[in-house]
Amino acid sequence: MTLTKMIIGATSAIALAGAANAAAHMSGEMTIVSWGGAYSASQQAAYHDPYIANTGIAILNDESSGEAVAKLRAMNEAGNITWDLVDVIAADGMRLCDEGLAMEIDFDSMLAPGADGSTATEDFGETLVSVCYIPQIVFSTTFGYRTDMVPEGAAAPTGACDVFDMDTYPGRRSLEKRPIGNMEWALICDGVAIEDVYDMLETDEGLERAFAKLDTIKDMTIWWTAGAETPQLLADGEIFMGSTYNGRLFSVIAEQNQPIGMAWGNQMLDLDGWIVPTGLPDDRLARVMDYLYFATDTQRLADQAAYISYGPARASSAPLVGNHATLGIPMAPHMPTNPENMDGAFVTNYLWWADYRDEMDAKFQAWLAQ
Amino acid sequence: MALPSYASTGQKIWHYSYLTTCGLIFFFLIFPIMVIIPLAFNAQDFFTFTPEMLRLDPAGYSLKHFDDFFNNPDWYRPLQNSLKIAPVATIVSVSLGTLAAIGLSQSHVPYRRVIMAILISPMIVPLIISAAGMYFFYSSIGLQGTYWGVVLAHAILGIPFVIITVTATLVGFDKSLTRAAANMGAGPVRTFFKVQMPLILPGVISGGLFAFITSFDEVVVVIFVGSVGQKTLPWQMFTGLREQISPTILAAATVLVTISILLLITVELLRRRSERMRGMSQG
Amino acid sequence: MSDASTTGPMRAADGTLLKVSLARALRRQKLRALMLIMPLLAFVLIGFVLPIGQMLMRSVENDIVQDTLPLTIEALQEWDSTSNESPPEAVFTALAIDLQAALESKSHTILGRRLNFEYSGITTLFRKAGRDVEDWNVETDGPFRVRFEEIDEEWIDPTMWRAILAYSGRYTAGYYLAAIDKTMVSGQIENRPKNESLHLMLFGRTAWVSILICFCTLLLGYPIAFLLSNLKARHSNLLLILVLLPFWTSLLVRTSAWKVLLQEQGVINDIMVGIGILADDNRFQMINNKLGVVIAMTHILLPFMILPLYSVMKTIPPTYVRAAKSLGATDWTAFWRVYFPQSIPGIGAGAILVFILSVGYYITPELVGGPTGSFISNRIAYQWSGAGNWGLVGALGAILLVAVLILYWVYDKIVGIDNVKLG
Repeated sequence: MTLTKMIIGATSAIALAGAANAAAHMSGEMTIVSWGGAYSASQQAAYHDPYIANTGIAILNDESSGEAVAKLRAMNEAGNITWDLVDVIAADGMRLCDEGLAMEIDFDSMLAPGADGSTATEDFGETLVSVCYIPQIVFSTTFGYRTDMVPEGAAAPTGACDVFDMDTYPGRRSLEKRPIGNMEWALICDGVAIEDVYDMLETDEGLERAFAKLDTIKDMTIWWTAGAETPQLLADGEIFMGSTYNGRLFSVIAEQNQPIGMAWGNQMLDLDGWIVPTGLPDDRLARVMDYLYFATDTQRLADQAAYISYGPARASSAPLVGNHATLGIPMAPHMPTNPENMDGAFVTNYLWWADYRDEMDAKFQAWLAQ
Repeated sequence: MALPSYASTGQKIWHYSYLTTCGLIFFFLIFPIMVIIPLAFNAQDFFTFTPEMLRLDPAGYSLKHFDDFFNNPDWYRPLQNSLKIAPVATIVSVSLGTLAAIGLSQSHVPYRRVIMAILISPMIVPLIISAAGMYFFYSSIGLQGTYWGVVLAHAILGIPFVIITVTATLVGFDKSLTRAAANMGAGPVRTFFKVQMPLILPGVISGGLFAFITSFDEVVVVIFVGSVGQKTLPWQMFTGLREQISPTILAAATVLVTISILLLITVELLRRRSERMRGMSQG
Repeated sequence: MSDASTTGPMRAADGTLLKVSLARALRRQKLRALMLIMPLLAFVLIGFVLPIGQMLMRSVENDIVQDTLPLTIEALQEWDSTSNESPPEAVFTALAIDLQAALESKSHTILGRRLNFEYSGITTLFRKAGRDVEDWNVETDGPFRVRFEEIDEEWIDPTMWRAILAYSGRYTAGYYLAAIDKTMVSGQIENRPKNESLHLMLFGRTAWVSILICFCTLLLGYPIAFLLSNLKARHSNLLLILVLLPFWTSLLVRTSAWKVLLQEQGVINDIMVGIGILADDNRFQMINNKLGVVIAMTHILLPFMILPLYSVMKTIPPTYVRAAKSLGATDWTAFWRVYFPQSIPGIGAGAILVFILSVGYYITPELVGGPTGSFISNRIAYQWSGAGNWGLVGALGAILLVAVLILYWVYDKIVGIDNVKLG
């Protein structure tokens, strides 16, 4: 009898303790979605590893950020959110926010203040383009080329428009299998001023013009879906010139010593950051908030810049950016926002893409398949 | 197929060119699979033969991709997942499938053709449709992204193979044996385990191997029904192939080819054994 | 012994009518068989048939429009859609009310997205409207027609409203129309613009590339099956292993092998450059196009052609050909007029099997096909992971499934489901 009483007593004590802890209980595991390759590796080194060292939780990495919007829509439709934190570009963040799939964030209370004393809102400044979106980095989509495959007597390519020049630079290209960037470059390289590009893309004639320009290189183009593809295609010699995120090119040039050069002209700047999916249970949400507070503070964003050449979104992190973690080279010249790299650079119009992305996707995929 | 001694020159030429053509076609069948094995030992990170390799220079070869495959968590965790999922899925499909196959081979099964059609359907329906449907359904019952969800999905995909092989074995099964056992006083369960099971075992194992390889090699459904915690080896290879990541894929492929050869030998030995037991072959 | 009377019905040993006793035994047998089958049947029905059925239902479900804009759709029924005037004020008032209610759950953007599949531009309209309508007071801020006009002129465009009306029912044929490149935005069924129509093209491409693959596998598989069936068992078993090894090798291994072989800097191009057939800067492109898909899938599906052919050819008695030769037929006549007709069932079985497998393929076209070599399955996957158009996924999937089922029914007629042999 005493044994039974002991068991009942013990289980009720545990149950009560459990109930008391439920509010403070945080999940012991997170699924974080990002872009894979060198970028995910930099996040692992700068954010995940220190956090795991502090808390001992497990972090699972998913590499589906390219399809994040579609997958979150599917999860919402199915009623089962399996992701805890998702890394998306700004336009996708805005789309998700407007569809109620991303949680609204109170920046000043949920994120750490800047190390220089500023509030989170001041520190992030203009990069806060949506109430659901927590920016991490400024990156750009830009072109790389094989330095040893430049034809005799020709100058090395300097920018995006050289990719359309099949006469001077024969050889295969690789472009992103999504309309972002390709549509803008098609028009810019066809002579349209940057300010007019987005207005033109809203018209049928503008679209025709853009697709006609892309048609000139379509047969010679390999279409990539992951950022790691273009560097690998360049290293393998399968292509002469291709677009990808600038940090991936930095990795393949500096860390793998491949004969690749960067053509910064007309680079397309964009923001990349976190969103928290809506509908997370309390324990997972508590864990995500705890992680975000840590992983988006001044030092962490500066640390990430030591592994890959993306600029931190916080103003207070900029002075802390130094040298590469293992190679020791200064990172500043490789940042997309370095004045030397800014020739013809433009910032992608997040709002326009948030509004028109679905439509553009449909037209682009239809054009691609024909 | 021997050439008779009275064959004319024309017939001889035709005969040898025919054999050469067949040889080339066999080469076409085997060469792709065999060529990736040496490539997996490439010391460089390329997908093609380097000059050092062609000269058979030992410096051109290395085990580093195998090292990466077995030590890099990006690869050995999917391998572990595959090894955790496939056997359990096989056991589920073999047990349910054998039972159903025995039921289907009884005399007088109502609606037999309809039932067979339903049970074979997972093999017929294009995978992308099955995967999409299972995604929504499993999400609604909370199995999406879980180990058991993937196991059950793979079990369903393996069932047609078990049904086909076990019914084929049962077709040749002599019913008088069960009657003889009943005659001598054995109950139905005892008869099953002592008389039927040993004779249909080759078919069951054969079906089980098909179900195993179906689950081990499956990628479309697991991408939909699983989440990153259940990432399997084929899924990792698929991602790697799409993104051209590294020749570790070839090391993984070599390991898989070795497994295939072992499975093939097993199936072949089983087939010979069952033929022998039915007195259909001389050996 | 039983009653030996010659009159009256037959009886079993325990006295019951034989007919009844037999019927009872038969019923017991049927029940036993069903009980053995039932667990698996239930498992497959619930775990497979039901999910697919649900998926296909999405191809006609369209509740979202009436659930998000109930008052608007009701008011829209009063409007004369054939006139060239925009809807009356009542519709816009209802729209304002509905939008405000929808803003809370942000379902207006989801609706906008759904309608955008049919009529380009609606996403933007709804998103912009949502941003403004938030601050309106539906009681006092009317009339709303002009206010919507201020947000965007398209709000008073009758063509757009005709589109919304056409897709407002609880069930819609819209997804199936989209799957065959048609639309009914104007109320009538008409073709979609050229730059949006690719489903019929993809169905066609999938079908004819599959036929090509069938033909290639037949061309390569027939000699092999002939050889195997005419050799002594010992030798043919050995050679059969060469056919079965690719069959047992992982699909991804085979596809990665072809990716390695067919690349521009891959093994085959290197060999051809090495021998001198090709110049180094003029390498043959064999990947990311239809050629790569045909080559890789011929290799992958060849065992599926060889095995049925082999099992049929094994049953062809050699006596017929010998008889033909002894009656004076040449080798060719004996083959073509005596042997070949007997192998046609095998050809039929193999061809249909290869065709069924090929049209449903996803992996290989995805990895070696590039945009011009993609199949309908790849498009379905894109609709899932790119556009999020579940209805279209269901419709395309249903069409593909029906096509495959018809082919399978033909296969059953020729070969029989029970006779599917897997070596």
